Amino acid sequence: MKKALTTLCLFAGLALPATAEARTLTLNTTLNNYGGNGAYLAIYLTDAQGKVHSTLRVAAPKAKYYSHLREWSRGSAAARRPIDGVTGASVGSGQTLKVSVDVADALIDAGYQIRVDSSVENGRDNPSEIVVPLARAAAATPVAGKGYVKSFRFDM
Amino acid sequence: MLRLVHSLPGLFAAVLVMVLSITGAILSIEPVIERAGSVIPESGRITVASLAAKAAEKRTELERIVRTPSGAVIVYYFDGGRPRADRIDPRTGSALAPHAPSEFTQFVTNLHRSLLLGDGGRVVSGLGAFAIIVLSVSGVMMLAKRLGGWGAILRPIRGTATQRWHSELARFAVVGLLISGLTGCYMSLATIGLIPDGSGVEVATPEKVNGGPRLAVAKLRALRSIDMNDLRELSFPYAKDLTDVYGVTTAHGIGRIDAATGAMLTFEPHSTSRQIYETIYMLHTGQGLWPLSFVLGVVALTVPILALTGVLLWWRRRKTSPRINGNVGAQSADTIILVGSEGGSTWAFAATLHAALSKAGHMVHVAPMNGLSTSYARAERMLFLTSTYGDGAAPATANRFLALLSRSRVVLPFAILGFGDRAFPKFCNYAVEVENALRIKRWPTLLPTHRIDRQSAQSLAQWSAELGTIIGTPIALDHVIARPKTIRFSLAERIDYGHEVQAPTTVFRFVVPQPVSRSGSLRRLLQRKPKPPKFAAGDLVGIIPPGSNVPRFYSLASSSVDGMLEICVRKQPGGLCSGYLHGLAPGGTMDAFIKPNPVFRPARGKAPLILIGAGAGIGPLVGIIRQNAAHRPVHLYWGGRHPTSDFLYEGELSYYLSDRRLTRCRTAFSRLTRSLYVQDRIAMEAHVMRDLIKNGAQVMVCGGRDMAGSVASVIDGIIKPIGFDLAKLRAEGRYVEDVY
Repeated sequence: MKKALTTLCLFAGLALPATAEARTLTLNTTLNNYGGNGAYLAIYLTDAQGKVHSTLRVAAPKAKYYSHLREWSRGSAAARRPIDGVTGASVGSGQTLKVSVDVADALIDAGYQIRVDSSVENGRDNPSEIVVPLARAAAATPVAGKGYVKSFRFDM
Repeated sequence: MLRLVHSLPGLFAAVLVMVLSITGAILSIEPVIERAGSVIPESGRITVASLAAKAAEKRTELERIVRTPSGAVIVYYFDGGRPRADRIDPRTGSALAPHAPSEFTQFVTNLHRSLLLGDGGRVVSGLGAFAIIVLSVSGVMMLAKRLGGWGAILRPIRGTATQRWHSELARFAVVGLLISGLTGCYMSLATIGLIPDGSGVEVATPEKVNGGPRLAVAKLRALRSIDMNDLRELSFPYAKDLTDVYGVTTAHGIGRIDAATGAMLTFEPHSTSRQIYETIYMLHTGQGLWPLSFVLGVVALTVPILALTGVLLWWRRRKTSPRINGNVGAQSADTIILVGSEGGSTWAFAATLHAALSKAGHMVHVAPMNGLSTSYARAERMLFLTSTYGDGAAPATANRFLALLSRSRVVLPFAILGFGDRAFPKFCNYAVEVENALRIKRWPTLLPTHRIDRQSAQSLAQWSAELGTIIGTPIALDHVIARPKTIRFSLAERIDYGHEVQAPTTVFRFVVPQPVSRSGSLRRLLQRKPKPPKFAAGDLVGIIPPGSNVPRFYSLASSSVDGMLEICVRKQPGGLCSGYLHGLAPGGTMDAFIKPNPVFRPARGKAPLILIGAGAGIGPLVGIIRQNAAHRPVHLYWGGRHPTSDFLYEGELSYYLSDRRLTRCRTAFSRLTRSLYVQDRIAMEAHVMRDLIKNGAQVMVCGGRDMAGSVASVIDGIIKPIGFDLAKLRAEGRYVEDVY
């Protein structure tokens, strides 16, 4: 019985992305050794004009500090909801956040951008410290941030 | 109950509270330093517009300007794509220093608010703050009760050194600790999210943004009307996005400013909860209120001392609390002993009495007075041993007794032994109250109520002997009292007086033994280094005469720095101990121990001392004079029988007069033609006494009970007309007695 259930779950998991015609992105965000408390990050998609389209991951446990993730928090409430519903812990100095999210095929190579906002307590807010096009050509290429992010890379 | 509320959290939270207070004290330095390093212009001088313009002159790509609560102005900007931050002079915009938050401060902050344990640690820290509130409130209530009410809360505190350190520091720090504790608790609740703090307010993006070419920041109308001292934060719009706006947070609210027109597009005033949070944050951290920060820091430093002395006091009380072996149940006992005790010392007497009565074949039940049972099946008598707490109140283990008694149907023959300190005006008051209550309930009396000053084993032995006669079983208290640890002193010399006037009184000087550490290196390592006994004139020496286990107490006439132990003892007819001492020849020995008597000490300072004594009571007074190398004014009044026979210390006193250790010496002799007692001499010099007391003099009386009573009533009569009150002087520690 238990085995059957496990199998079912496995199939459901495999089946779901296929039906939505989506692709799994793996996001790697490595932080500098800045030495303070854990950094709050928001990784999200915008259109070509910089308008927030959807949220890939929020590494920020307390909603009351969202306003420090300035660019992202300007988006609408719907756009700020993480697409997989997951909000995680903040990311410590020098550490790497690795997450996988599913993105609809229609958004790839369509002028959308992946952005990262970061903020550290008693430190600074870095809105859009990473901006990379959501394009096959940009995948697997590390990009350096101008604030706390040492490098950001996405694979698909 | 109050004590329990105080000690339990105190013990559990001692370490936590110490961590919070030490880290808090370190953090309190920061607002002081930050304030000292910042330039704060007068209000109305610099607008946010001109501040931003000055900051922008020297930098490209400004991101944010932040004014900290302490007044420092920090500019965040990009220098060729590299993020930078400077602390600036708001008048010129030039950098004072690069802004880099200290890792050490961050570490201490995290330790303070979450013990480096994340959100779970914040809850623990909050509980620590709550413990501080509970300890402060219960502690100050105990202190008020002990000193005799809220009106007496500032009176001098008496007791052992540990007790005084604990209470004095606590009294000094309690207001600050309450501020820190209450605000800390609030901040923890806000961080956990149980109280709204008004942060995280979403300000809607303005819909109608001009989007035209931007004005210079100096020309923005909205910013020109905001004073720099009201600013919290100003964020700049992105260069690339012309529809982006300025964001400004002031003391009053959050606004958005159109970069092209300079108009305030939206302004959301701060919520009440945010204003409350900011005020409490300021009170807790002292940021923006540096003198408070300094005060709270100093106050926090008392906490480790309070915690350590508190644990020490608890441990000592625990050690002296009762361990009664073979306590019989209430229903099978023939004798019930009920104990009213605050600190636990009365229990020791109860245990001794229990052992003696049990040995004599009685079935004895010992319980706190609050444990009065509704019935006692076989009881024949009830004995009460009770102290009095503070100014006549019930001690901790008896505070519900009178209420219990009023509902009780028990009636038994009773005897009461009251313990007290004559220094308090309502000496043994609680014992008297219990007696009255029992009389109203028509309890028959076994023995009249007996009151004991201080804690004398001798008086207890006497009382139990009387009790033994009444109940028909001799009580051999002597044999069950644990013999205290003694040191052997050998007599160096003795000076005899008073034979001719039938008052043989002798000054005994004993060698203070210098303990030699035992050979055997391992033992020496393991044992604490033995120290010679330390004492001061006015402390007590408990002497155990051969053939007894009960110590007799005498007041010391020397301090350990004098290099000898001196007592002045009058031979009592049939007195076991005084007889033994008077029989000693030089080289003879006695077994004794030192008992500190911190109440009978000269107060510190240069205020005059009035020393009053009669007979052998001069001993400790001479000891005090001997130590007066600082030449503070000392006035001695002493009464004896005849100047040629019992003028104790005559030679020594005239020497002290010549070297100014003694200012004046007035005597009174009862066997001269003109018979005078010491209180008569004092009455004759009423004006001197008044002047001295007006100048803050402290009165110390040593001698027999009757003499002390007469002296007290004479002095009370003398000082009443100038507006002083003996009871008040006693409470302030300015009138102390050593009476026997």
